[in-house]
Amino acid sequence: MAKAVLDALVAKFPDAVRDPYTFRGDEAAFVERAAIVEVGGFLKHDPAMDMKLLLSVTAVDYLGQAPRFEVVYHLTSLTHHHRVRLRVKVPEEAAELPSVSGIWRTANWWERHVWDLYGLRFAGHPDLRRLYMPEAWQGHPLRKDYPLRGRQPQTPERDIPDLIRGPGPQPRSFDQVFPGRAPRR
Amino acid sequence: MPNERMDVEALREDPLEAELPRRNMVINLGPSHPAMHGTVRTHIELDGETIVKADPEIGFLHRGFEKSCENVTWTQCLPYTDRLNYVSAILNNVGFTLAVEKLCGIDVPERAKYIRVIGGEIHRICDHLTMVGAMALELGGFTAFLYAIEARELLWDRVAEQTGARLTTTYTRIGGIERDLPDGFLGRLADTLTRVAELREEIDRLLTRNRIFLDRTRGTGVISAEDAVDYGFTGPCLRACGVPYDVRKAHPYLVYDRFDFAIPVGERGDNFDRYAMRMEEMRQSEKILRQAMEQIPSGPVILDDWRYVMPPKPEVYGSIEGLIAHFKIVMEGVQVPKGEVYAYTEAANGELGWYVVSDGGGRPYKLHVRSPGLPILSGLPHMIVGSMLADLIPTFDSINMIGGEVEQ
Repeated sequence: MAKAVLDALVAKFPDAVRDPYTFRGDEAAFVERAAIVEVGGFLKHDPAMDMKLLLSVTAVDYLGQAPRFEVVYHLTSLTHHHRVRLRVKVPEEAAELPSVSGIWRTANWWERHVWDLYGLRFAGHPDLRRLYMPEAWQGHPLRKDYPLRGRQPQTPERDIPDLIRGPGPQPRSFDQVFPGRAPRR
Repeated sequence: MPNERMDVEALREDPLEAELPRRNMVINLGPSHPAMHGTVRTHIELDGETIVKADPEIGFLHRGFEKSCENVTWTQCLPYTDRLNYVSAILNNVGFTLAVEKLCGIDVPERAKYIRVIGGEIHRICDHLTMVGAMALELGGFTAFLYAIEARELLWDRVAEQTGARLTTTYTRIGGIERDLPDGFLGRLADTLTRVAELREEIDRLLTRNRIFLDRTRGTGVISAEDAVDYGFTGPCLRACGVPYDVRKAHPYLVYDRFDFAIPVGERGDNFDRYAMRMEEMRQSEKILRQAMEQIPSGPVILDDWRYVMPPKPEVYGSIEGLIAHFKIVMEGVQVPKGEVYAYTEAANGELGWYVVSDGGGRPYKLHVRSPGLPILSGLPHMIVGSMLADLIPTFDSINMIGGEVEQ
């Protein structure tokens, strides 16, 4: 059934929709970055598609590949019960793509989620702030080159192990904390 | 200008009716507030007691779920999934393992499917009991809360027997489930369900026709079906608006197509309808559970495929093949084929979706969870702007936002 969606997409947007495929029962296609709003509007408003429910927007960081990022949209129709996945390639140099929050309001928070964790900007988004991390946070945690360990205190940390203010920048030896005293055995 | 103000004052017949200087007040509800479950801060602008603007701010509970999962093996992700929706952990476990199994292209044994359904439906009742109890508590009905928590404790006793843990179950495995049901479990579960049904009906009698409860919930936090779909609502919150969408019916997974159950649908989309959906779904879940307990077949509960499943211990210690398979799974993780899938189940609050990408190795390349609570929370400002501040509390209760899954 959902094959019909892919066929209709390719027929309607022969230049913008590429390489439709089915894998493990999931229908998916690659969409050109500039055409995502147009394709989204078609999928939502066409009665044969009727994809009123945007399930999620997320991104994947394929570090080392030519267009580094990929934004993934999952859509479903509540009347026809078909689903489709749209994949949009986004290069690192121009990490920006058009926002679909004008089509589905739920995209507002999902695009903030992608901006926060992957650092991709959405042109035309009404309120592009970080969703989880503090606004002053440096870096975007789900990028593959973001370090797994490390601290980025938002309040000044004291230089001693402290339950409230955190363990401080470096773990220190007993000698540094109590110079000249032997540790108790 | 003083002269003009004097004139205006003079024109008023009654000085008590004089316009007082006023400006909108901005308050922070949360992040540490008893009615803000978990740690959500809502930045509210008030005109008198009317909400002019609301901006929920999340992230205080952000633990980097996706980042953590990308750096452990597929099996080691399971304990993290418990901590998403910690009120109904088995539903998360089932959703995650179904996604990995879809990517691997494997099918689990019949008995494992039934046990997953049984565990999931027990936890669905727990989740709804929590929501109903918390809603009653925050609207002043402490008695109903106690009944709900007693019922939840009884069910958690069964969950503890089944999985070994009350809250963070980590029960499923890729290819099946961790262990079979203990002896006599189904009989005890039937007794528990009977008692839980009594408690549930007691809550029903306390709340559903309660004048105070109705006044607080009827007509507050209203959202139309069209807006709810646009905001990405799923689950009971969407069905309360009259959209009969349930993944268990629309796209049956596991063995849900073998049970006879109904999808309750509301009509107004207000707080009371969302509460009523939960009450009715608990009845339907009990119906599913009783059918599953009758139909459950005997047989293995996990696949006998050592590429995905740990070999039995006698094989590990008694044969070189078993030892190597054990070593490979522990050290390298289950080798999931290259590709990406989106798998979805009906969790207690809506569609729980998993977008998993594998590069063919033992660790997820990417693991995205579509938590049902996030889109619903994003629609909160739409539901409460223009209503009174006091209406925020039942609205926030009835959408049943779980901090663990929304803030990941």
